[in-house]
Parts: sequence; C-alpha cells; structure tokens
Amino acid sequence: MHRQSPILRWRKFPERYRLEGNRCNRCGIVYFPKKELCECSCKEFSSFQLSGKGKILTYTEIKSSPEEFSEMTPYCVGIIELAEGPKITGQITDATVDELKVGDDVEQVFRKFLAVGDSGVIHYGVKFKKIE
Amino acid sequence: MVKKLNIGIVGFGCYIPKFRIRTEDIAVANNQNVDLIKGALLINEKTVPNKDEDSISIAVEACKNALLRAKIASSRIKAIYMGSESHPYAVKASSAIVGEVLGVGNDFTAADVEFACKAGTAAIQMIAGQVEAEMIDYGLAIGSDTSQGAPGDALEYSAAAGGAAFIIGKNKVGKEESAANILYTLSRTTDTPDFWRRNNQQYPTHMGRFTGEEAYFKHIVSTSQAMLNETGLKIEDFDHVIFHQPNGKFPLKAAKVLGVTNEQLKYGIVVHDIGNTYSGSSLLGLVNVLENALPNQKILLTSYGSGSGSDCFVIETTNLITEKQKIGKNLLNYMQNKQYVNYNQYRQMVKMIH
Repeated sequence: MHRQSPILRWRKFPERYRLEGNRCNRCGIVYFPKKELCECSCKEFSSFQLSGKGKILTYTEIKSSPEEFSEMTPYCVGIIELAEGPKITGQITDATVDELKVGDDVEQVFRKFLAVGDSGVIHYGVKFKKIE
Repeated sequence: MVKKLNIGIVGFGCYIPKFRIRTEDIAVANNQNVDLIKGALLINEKTVPNKDEDSISIAVEACKNALLRAKIASSRIKAIYMGSESHPYAVKASSAIVGEVLGVGNDFTAADVEFACKAGTAAIQMIAGQVEAEMIDYGLAIGSDTSQGAPGDALEYSAAAGGAAFIIGKNKVGKEESAANILYTLSRTTDTPDFWRRNNQQYPTHMGRFTGEEAYFKHIVSTSQAMLNETGLKIEDFDHVIFHQPNGKFPLKAAKVLGVTNEQLKYGIVVHDIGNTYSGSSLLGLVNVLENALPNQKILLTSYGSGSGSDCFVIETTNLITEKQKIGKNLLNYMQNKQYVNYNQYRQMVKMIH
C-alpha cells in the first residue's frame, strides 16, 4: 500500500513521467535516478532528461505478480542500458517473452502502471517498447 | 460571414496501438454473418489497446510526435484541451497529466472536453480562439479515445483506440512555422438523442438506424454546406476532404451527397484498417492527409459528435508541410507495425480499459 501512495508517486513524477535524471557538472556522468553526490566527489548537478532509448541487458517474464499488477500478467521486465549510460529496471510492453532477446533496441513509451481498485488513483509512467 | 483566421498547425502527430483484431474474428465469436457485417461496415480490422493503454497514454504518444514536428520547447505551450469520451477519470483532468508528462511546466491552462466523437475538433476550436485572440502563443489540442462497444453490439466491430494531437500557433509574417493554415471554422449543434453513455455505464447506447439520416448525415452535410456557402468555396476547390468515420460506409455516402470524389477522399478515410477512434476519428484522417499532402493544397474537415454537432474547418497546407512530413513517426508507420490478437485475447485486453 505504501508504494501505491499517490503522494509518494507525485514526488517522483519527473523521474517516472519524463525520465529526468541529473548530470554531474564536473565529470559529466549521468545519473538515473538523481544523485546528490557524484563518484568524483562533486555535489553540483544539472537536471537532465534522458532520451529513453537503450538496449535490453537482460529480461524475464512475470507470471505471478504482486496483487496490484495481477490484471497485467503475464508481463515482461528487463534491465535497460540507456543510451546515456544509466541502467534501469523497467517493464517491457507490447511484447511476449518469446519476442525479446538480449541486445534488442528499445525506446520509452508512456503507459498505465496500475489502477488502485475502482476508486483509487491511476499510476502512469515510463515503460519500454522494442523498436521494430 | 465566417471570419478568416490567421492561425496555423505548427505541429501534428498521431498514435494508434500495435494490436489489431479482424472483423471476421468478432463476427465468428458472435455467430454473425461475416460477409454481411463486412459489407455493411466496410471495416477490415480495428485497433485494440493493450492492457496498459488508455486515452491518456495514447494522447501522450501523439503529443510527442506533434512536439517533434512543431520544433518548439514544450514550455511554450500555454493551453491544453483534450477531447475524449473515455477520459480515465470522471474527475481529474487528463489534460493536466498530459502537460506534466510533456514537461510543459505549470503556466498553462487545461481542460478536458467531451462531445462524443467531435470533442477533439471542439478542442481545436477552443485553442484556435485563444491563439487568434493572441491570449497565448501556442496551444495543444488533442482527440484521443479507447472507444467502447458492448459485446455483440454493432459498435463492437468499429470501436477502436487511437488519437491525434495538434499544436496551433499564430501566423506571423517573416516567422512562418505552420505546416498548414486554419482559414475558417464553423459549427452546427442540435439536441439529437442518437447515442449516449450515462454515468457509470461501461458501454454507450445508440438508436441504431436513427444514428444515420437524422444524426450523422444531417449534421455532416449541412455543416459542410454551410461552410461552402459562407466562404464561397466550391467542393471541387478542395484537394482533400475528411469526414468523421464511424464506419467505412457513412463517409462515402456523405461524400456522394456533397459531390466529393474518391480522389479527394484518398488520404482522409482511415477507418477501414483502424476502426472508429471516436474523438480521434476524423483527426487521424487529418493527420494522414497532412502527412501526404503537397504544399498549397486545400483541406475540408467536418467532424461529427453524437448528441449532436459538427465542426467544419477549411485548412490550407504551406510550403513547410514537406519538411514537417519527414519528422517523427507517421500514421502509416503505426498502421504497418501491427500484431493480430484473437477474440479471447481482445476481450481480456479491453476489459480493464474504461
């Protein structure tokens, strides 16, 4: 229930809606999610919107999901290496597990994550889709 | 006399889901005659939204394509109106969510629009008014739907998902950026009980044959005629004509009444392989026309929304149309990238979509 909180998600809209990370002003490393201390010890960052394009590093199929995602099952999740460097975990939509392979090019799409019951908030965010 | 406008379509884009279901698969599942259904509707297949798609996610993808073509920062958009009859929330603005996703910022006005299948063109008129009055520099109008049709009902063969988005700006001498100028718009509205959906009802109710002569044709034909009378233009002056397309047959019949040729309809009718995307229906036709038109061509667009009304537009492409056509994904890309689902998969996919 904690993770479904509309307020918790609201705080993360820039990340979840627009893949907004940050870039170190000294060494240029891009972080997603945002960091406050770079590995070069710098604390100065600029917000940076990632392109949403990347490659599948690995993936799997979820058949038995947390209850709130049960209507979406089966669905695929993967680790995506984004073009700018960060590796992130995300859902891969519009494809079955048989249609994916490591190294496939993907791009971000904006999709529904889950709806909390019949009266709760609907959560949206970035997922990934194979470029065809 | 209808006023000549000084505004244009700076960016345009569309989105339709990847999945399709063939008309014959729906007919077989409902024990209905395949040839009879296909002959009556002239729809080969329709789009099916994935379980995680709704009118907001569809709108966002269409808007991204429109922004690419507009070549402006999203923060310059100062109004967003989204037309749909499948807004995911009864109370919570889809247009505000779209603005957040696009990174428009907070200095913009927004509202959700509903007028059955013409909510998208109503949104264009609302933006057009603000831009023409120079209240805003740019506005975003959207028509997007995941349409509903009860199992076994005639609507089940046509109710599809898709959307289109248009960024509208003022025409300025020396700073031309419009792919097409919106020259005129006018509307006709009546109280006609042809189609409706009550609160908390999953599927709409319609009056069968009454949705034809007294509803669709009366409004499409009379509003188009009113535009011709007001502007002094003749139907043969238009290179492209687009009507609302609830099925494949209605726009062809309306075209015949108005003397529109098949050549004029070539790019404007997209329903045969997409279905009726309600608020996105005539606007997907407009996007397809804009993606294929030559410079300095005239377009007549007449939408129809049950309940009832029509919005009519006279649009003329500019020399910039060719350059904008090369940017982003177009409707043909989306139409070609498709995957068929069977009837059982289809029912599972649309079950959780409002």
